[in-house]
Amino acid sequence: MANDAVVDKGRRRFLTATTSVVGGAGAVLAAIPFVKSWEPSAAAKSAGAPVLADISKIEPGQKVTFAWRGLPVFVVNRTKAQLDALTGEDSHLKDPKSENTDQQPDYAKNETRSIKPEWLVVTGICTHLGCVPDFFPELKPEPFDPNWKGGFYCPCHKSRYDMAGRVYNGVPAPANLAVPPYHFVDDKHILIGVDPGKEAA
Amino acid sequence: MATTMIRIRPKNRVLAWVEDRMPVLSFLSAHTSGYYAPKNFNLWYYFGSLALLVLVNQILTGIFLTMNYKPSAAEAFASVEYIMRDVSWGWLIRYMHSTGASLFFVVVYLHMFRGLMYGSYKKPRELVWILGMLIFLVLMAEAFMGYVLPWGNMSFWGAKVIISLFGAIPWVGDALVEWIMGDYLPADATLNRFFALHVIALPLVLLLLVVLHLAALHEVGSNNPDGVEIKEKKKADGTPLDGIAFHPYYTVKDLFGVGFFLLIAAFIIFYAPTFGGWFLEHDNFVPANNLATPEHIKPVWYFTPFYAMLRMIPAKLPGVIVMFLGILLLFFVPWLDRGRVKSIRYRGLAYKIALGLFAVSFVMLAAVGAGVTAEKIPQWFGADADVTTLENLFGRFWLLVYFGYFVFLVVYTWFGLEKTKPVPDRVTAHD
Repeated sequence: MANDAVVDKGRRRFLTATTSVVGGAGAVLAAIPFVKSWEPSAAAKSAGAPVLADISKIEPGQKVTFAWRGLPVFVVNRTKAQLDALTGEDSHLKDPKSENTDQQPDYAKNETRSIKPEWLVVTGICTHLGCVPDFFPELKPEPFDPNWKGGFYCPCHKSRYDMAGRVYNGVPAPANLAVPPYHFVDDKHILIGVDPGKEAA
Repeated sequence: MATTMIRIRPKNRVLAWVEDRMPVLSFLSAHTSGYYAPKNFNLWYYFGSLALLVLVNQILTGIFLTMNYKPSAAEAFASVEYIMRDVSWGWLIRYMHSTGASLFFVVVYLHMFRGLMYGSYKKPRELVWILGMLIFLVLMAEAFMGYVLPWGNMSFWGAKVIISLFGAIPWVGDALVEWIMGDYLPADATLNRFFALHVIALPLVLLLLVVLHLAALHEVGSNNPDGVEIKEKKKADGTPLDGIAFHPYYTVKDLFGVGFFLLIAAFIIFYAPTFGGWFLEHDNFVPANNLATPEHIKPVWYFTPFYAMLRMIPAKLPGVIVMFLGILLLFFVPWLDRGRVKSIRYRGLAYKIALGLFAVSFVMLAAVGAGVTAEKIPQWFGADADVTTLENLFGRFWLLVYFGYFVFLVVYTWFGLEKTKPVPDRVTAHD
């Protein structure tokens, strides 16, 4: 047993502190594999392959939903009337000019938020909390908006978007519907998940 | 009332041998027949022991459900149907579990309101209150994850909405959401990990917190409807003048409450297990579909007040902050309320009105969150009424009342505006 007189308190404190720090660092490092195990697995990541969408059967004014990475992607063939209704609403919209670059690729940063004006391609996920908005294409008064110009209405928290997926003011959703990367393979097919001029990832 | 452990010397030689090495009986007796509680407990004091009863029910029925449930996206929904249709008595075990979940919240909300009414959160019981709030928080996580397990369409979309709340956190939000789900949408990985958390991780935390909640309570002693400290007046033998032993007096009283409670629970389990869509929602009898949101998405009733807070704020991050604040502020009630008088019986009139309004606001927000107002407004104001505007007006008014309660507490008690009545020396129902 150590005699009290020869106990070096400073040395003891130093050893306790260094042991605690090294042990603590070890515990943190050991936690990393457990935290990392919650990330999307290799199988989940590889399931995100591009999707070839056949658009030849989509009538004007119609919406068809394709699944890409488990997310619904809306492809809408917009009518002339629906396209005309996109102008003049800017004061009611949060981001009319698509300034938020996270929500669309550069080639969709335009008035119609699309490559070809009539074809709207957006991810059907409300930017509020991820519900799928419903499609209300007609320009007629709706229970949620007497001056409805056609667009999308989220049943979860009542966010509204116009026919270009642009979010209205005064609703909980913070941003426009996201436009996924896509391009026209030919007049009848869209490849969702790949930017124009690029190979499938 | 701090418990003092008196060593028991059992006559049975085996028991005595154990007791000498580990004083189990002495410990149990110190916390039952040796624990003195005020003798004036009323109906509101049933809900603590009832919460414990429901917890035991959830653990027992839960263990048996895991024996047939399959935690995979492909099999979960069918395995729940299998429990309901093919497993002998499986329907009873599942309905006991699902009804138990809702009744857990009924009992806990009443238990919490009792604490507010009689000032049970005040010094020296702040820690009892905080541990109780932590139990409430873990219980909400536990209930949410349990709701996801049947993998119905409401399970899926509920999971999606609740997990997306974390996406509102600046910078790390999106990565965090992906990390929680383990995929780009709620999927097999999400369901499997929620199962692990629901059946083992959170129940362990819950049990630990319940033990700490009781340990903290037994150290300071129970409050009572008069809010007077019974340990200040003692008999010659050192036990409180207005206290009675928890066992046998309150064990017998609680057993009576249990009988009554089980009668109600049995009625629900046997005759109305879905409770008209309030305990088990109709949309959850449809398998999960990641491409179609249910038309009327809403959480189970016990989350609706907080869901309404989220919905009434027209922006994502502020909405999430307000919702979490609605829970967080309750943690701080022991310090927001500086009033010396504990029980509502002797507090100022304004306090009584404020607490009443607080309770009403909670119920009204629940009605908004559950979609009751959205359904009733066209009936009351005609089909062409602007539902969104009227509902927002109504919901935001009660949201202000809810948060107004906390502001009121500070203004009322920090600036000495409260006119209290004299508090009696002893509990009013003594002798």
